[in-house]
Amino acid sequence: MIQLAGHRPAAADPTPPLRTGWWRAVPWRDLLGVAPFAAYLLVFLGGPLYFVVSGALSDADGRPTLDNVIASLTAPQYRAAFLSSLQVSALTAVIGAVFGAFLAYAVLTGRPASPLRRTVSTASGVLAYFGGVPLAFAFIAALGQTGLATIWLRGAGLDLYAAGFRIDSLTGLGLTYVYFQIPLMVILITPALEGLLPQWREAAENLGASAWAYWRLVALPVLAPALAGATLVLFGNAFAAYATALALTSGSIPLVPTAIASALSGNVLVGQQNVGLALGLDMVLVITVVMVAYLALQRRANRWNRR
Amino acid sequence: MSEPTTVEPAAPSAAPAARGVTVEFRGIRRSYGTTHALAGLDLTLRPGELLALLGPSGCGKTTALRLLAGFDRPTEGRVLIGDRDVTDVPASKRDTGMVFQAYSLFPTMTAAENVAFGLRMRRVGAAERARRAGELLELVGLGNRGGSFPHQLSGGQQQRVALARALAVSPAVLLLDEPLSALDARVRVQLRDEIRRVQLAEGITTLFVTHDQAEALAVADRVAVLDAGRLEQIGTPQEVYGNPATPFVAEFVGVQNRLPAERLDGGQVQVLGTPAVLDGEAPAGALTVAVRPEALAVGGGGEPGTVVSTTFLGPVTRLVVDTAAGELVVDTVSRPGLPGIGERTTVGLSTERVRPVP
Amino acid sequence: MTRGRRWRAVVLALAALYFLLPLVAMLEFGLRAPGGGYGPANFLAVVRDPVLLSSLLTSLQIALVAAVLVIALVVPTAVWVRLRLPAVAGLLESATILPIVIPPVVMAAGIAFVQANLDGPLFRELFASSLTALTPFYVVLALPFAYRAVDNGLAAIPLRTLVEAARNLGASMAGALLRVVLPAIRSAVLGAAFLTLALVLGEIVIARILLYTDTFPVAIVEVGRSQAGVAVALSLAALVLTWVLLLAVSFAGGRRTGAERTP
Repeated sequence: MIQLAGHRPAAADPTPPLRTGWWRAVPWRDLLGVAPFAAYLLVFLGGPLYFVVSGALSDADGRPTLDNVIASLTAPQYRAAFLSSLQVSALTAVIGAVFGAFLAYAVLTGRPASPLRRTVSTASGVLAYFGGVPLAFAFIAALGQTGLATIWLRGAGLDLYAAGFRIDSLTGLGLTYVYFQIPLMVILITPALEGLLPQWREAAENLGASAWAYWRLVALPVLAPALAGATLVLFGNAFAAYATALALTSGSIPLVPTAIASALSGNVLVGQQNVGLALGLDMVLVITVVMVAYLALQRRANRWNRR
Repeated sequence: MSEPTTVEPAAPSAAPAARGVTVEFRGIRRSYGTTHALAGLDLTLRPGELLALLGPSGCGKTTALRLLAGFDRPTEGRVLIGDRDVTDVPASKRDTGMVFQAYSLFPTMTAAENVAFGLRMRRVGAAERARRAGELLELVGLGNRGGSFPHQLSGGQQQRVALARALAVSPAVLLLDEPLSALDARVRVQLRDEIRRVQLAEGITTLFVTHDQAEALAVADRVAVLDAGRLEQIGTPQEVYGNPATPFVAEFVGVQNRLPAERLDGGQVQVLGTPAVLDGEAPAGALTVAVRPEALAVGGGGEPGTVVSTTFLGPVTRLVVDTAAGELVVDTVSRPGLPGIGERTTVGLSTERVRPVP
Repeated sequence: MTRGRRWRAVVLALAALYFLLPLVAMLEFGLRAPGGGYGPANFLAVVRDPVLLSSLLTSLQIALVAAVLVIALVVPTAVWVRLRLPAVAGLLESATILPIVIPPVVMAAGIAFVQANLDGPLFRELFASSLTALTPFYVVLALPFAYRAVDNGLAAIPLRTLVEAARNLGASMAGALLRVVLPAIRSAVLGAAFLTLALVLGEIVIARILLYTDTFPVAIVEVGRSQAGVAVALSLAALVLTWVLLLAVSFAGGRRTGAERTP
């Protein structure tokens, strides 16, 4: 059975589960088994989240208020931060999605389990999981003022820095993000691409379809939910990212995470802590919306493969 | 598991030859390095006939089909449809209609849209497409399911839609790649007959690939048996079953018992104590004949033996009896009183003609 | 079909160029010696500079503890859910996606609030050092990926059969887990551990905001402000190390399943 989401291998266990059924049938004793896990998440994830929410919704003296949330969305510096964040996220999501999809397809149409496939998949995993620090330094090494690519380009007649480019700008950051978004897209879209059965391509050809007709009428409609979902994840990914910005600059780039960090450290305005938390709450809400949309699209994508 | 086939009479070749074209494989070789999927295939399909390509996995039957469809290029040889050499023609321009083993329907389209797809590729107008799709869905018995999506249809229904889709473009050749293998047994028989009915009604030259010899015998005008890339025998189902030309065909198509025979005067031979006429030539010396299970009987005299196993197949019971001539497989009409496991009985010939082993 | 092959080759070549260039640049940049030419000075800084060295050790400590905690949390839970609570599987998977929904910067905000405003012996213990403060939260960050990896590993083995066989032969549940299940999902568990390592060696957001500047990634970034070469060199080293480890696990795991599949 082919599965689109999660890319799990088929179950190898023939024995049926001991217990199925809905909540009436779920024995509470068995739930104890997941209690440690749940408790851990509750304390160390739920805890910070609780303080974010409660802090966002209270003022400096602890009284409930919506002022912080309002300020986080309307104050000019925060609106600018949101705008930049949304711009960079959307742009790098789309670019990453397009190139990532092509790359994933190119890799997939080779031999399965070839060394190329393995290298690409582990590389994508590492690049996607490692985070911003080496990424930032890679781009400093390539496109910084004394970077390798900068020097080459200058030798070829194109002086980036004279033209106003800086690696620690929003553009530079976006460029760095794309390096990260493409592998993530490869990871996300490969299961969906693997779900494109060869029979569909052959049947389409047999019925007289050109390659373009096949893609337009058969493959892309099947892939559409997965593509959209993956792009959303890329968006959320860029929106939430901060490590790269931190490593690349001292946090001088206008972004929502930067605004949060400044507010917390009292850099900009003393006593802005709660507004910082409100900004955090805003981020959580944006990403929740993105994830819910993603899950809905995944469900849609799986519809084609349910038998 | 083969049943003793109730052999259907050969289909009348008075099928409307309007759509039927000749298909020819001329000297086809398909090699992968040192492996030969097809090692020299010369095969001609007559207009309007259903030819079954039968053989075990890896025999090259699917390769031959795909070469005809255009999904693969032969290393050597030519493929002709009608008078046209299509060896260098891409798959999308070959005028063939293919039904795949499973899961070939486009998942984001309804059944009707699937069926109409080929027409859409040929720029047929929407109204005409809808009409033709409706017509074909009626033909395969799914007239009211045009608006369903593939995942809402059962396996058998999906294959019917696939058949309708392949026929919608009125192809010169119909290609069936093990279309029944993925289906439940009951649905398989139903759909098999359905496919044959539609194929006869349309009079379309058809290549039917299968590894199930009962299927091939039941549905085909002629059967071509392949093994390891070579054509072993081609003939009507009766010919292939009754007169296997090679040991492989004899073993693959149905079961055969190998029995020693004594030559008698007057061209007759004696098998299991019964005289019979020998069909065919055999070299001088020790003679071995091939006898199908349904040509043997138990309990009526002959070679004594012990029943080793009995398998109840419904209308027929298959007994394996251990005798001095080896373990013999006997198919007999099911009735009470047949010997059980461990019981002694006799095995004798219930036919008058035998043939030598190929 | 040759059209397709050429297109593929072009795409792969361009991709290779795009992805290798920054890595090559990192290597070149990292190898630049002061005063011109190339030398390993930047790479060796980790041993020469006491601050960097101690930060590396701190991070490795954190990584070790975090990895152990992650595995101890994830493996029994994943096994338990598969054996006893399949109905909860979907819920649990969503729960492991939660840490992704709450970005590290927001988590840090919440923790910073506690750090600044709340007091008490428990909190003082928690925030005593980077090891005690950061590890628990790094575990949360690693959970989604670790759970995915382990669950995939469990899906590929006949779990119920193995556990029942072990228990039938006299093992306790814990014993069955340790002796039978864990070895069977060895590569998934190792993968999860190395992912945790990668995470710890790269996480600066929470560390920085909470002002724990003695972890390796933070130290690298600090050094980077004055000696970019060192920062670049050491980041590359950490990246390559983790990649090699993951590659090894992938190849080892792949070979094993390959052998198991042939009857």
